[in-house]
Amino acid sequence: MLKHYNIDGQDFSIAGEASSDFKRRLKKLGISPDVIRRVAIAMYEAEINTIIHGGGGECDAEVSNDKITVTFTDHGPGIKDIDLAMQEGYSTATEQIRELGFGAGMGLPNIKNYTDDMEIETEVGKGTVVRLIVKL
Amino acid sequence: MLLSEIKDIVKAEVLTGESENDLRNIDIHNACGSDMMSDVLAFVKDQALLLTGLINAQVIRTAEMMDILAICFVRGKTPPESVIELAKDLGMVVLRTEYPMYVACGELYVKGLEGGKNAKAL
Ligand SMILES: Nc1ncnc2c1ncn2[C@@H]1O[C@H](COP(=O)(O)OP(=O)(O)O)[C@@H](O)[C@H]1O
Ligand SMILES: [Mg+2]
Repeated sequence: MLKHYNIDGQDFSIAGEASSDFKRRLKKLGISPDVIRRVAIAMYEAEINTIIHGGGGECDAEVSNDKITVTFTDHGPGIKDIDLAMQEGYSTATEQIRELGFGAGMGLPNIKNYTDDMEIETEVGKGTVVRLIVKL
Repeated sequence: MLLSEIKDIVKAEVLTGESENDLRNIDIHNACGSDMMSDVLAFVKDQALLLTGLINAQVIRTAEMMDILAICFVRGKTPPESVIELAKDLGMVVLRTEYPMYVACGELYVKGLEGGKNAKAL
């Protein structure tokens, strides 16, 4: 299964719809609930980042024989220091984002914890690609 | 702890229309209280209740990703109708209490609803 989603960077109220849709599809495929939950949480954090930090973008989600791969691509500001960004509690989110319940600096660490593999390709001023893999 | 007991302990109101009987059929094993959704997402628990003072759609989305069964809004906050509708669509129970976060969590904790001190890994 291969799914493509556009991630709207303007409307925060619909943030998470891609993750919600993909989660429903994984359920229909009969994938184990633990795997689904790990994918859903990691994908949701990445979707939120694409919106609040990347200004929106795209998502490609794929189920193959042995794994689930979800890739988020944005053309936002990029990440200057990936090691710093990966630290628990590090966040550049604004007060406004914090009031919406995000910006605790736990998103990237959560993604790492819940996935088997995670890759970040980023260039300052160009954008960011975050790929997460969960084995079946 | 049954959701019906939880409702009584924090003197909550049900916003999603379930009856007393419906609530008696939902067993909650764990709870988590936070206004930061990433903190919630860091601690996976089974059969969990989420207590929060945040009332936007992302609370429901967060609960959805984690398979959380029920949400209790604290401090007498009422979410917009669209947020309640989203919870209904996903089959979640939404409660609302006048108690502030600390008191709601404290009352439930002393009555035996655990928080899962070490529940980080899946
Ligand atoms: N897609 C992205 N584009 C630009 N910066 C990002 C992106 N994703 C993450 N970051 C940077 O990494 C930091 C840490 O991300 P994260 O752990 O998800 O925490 P939070 O989203 O709560 O700030 C962010 O505050 C931001 O500076
Ligand atoms: Mg984040």
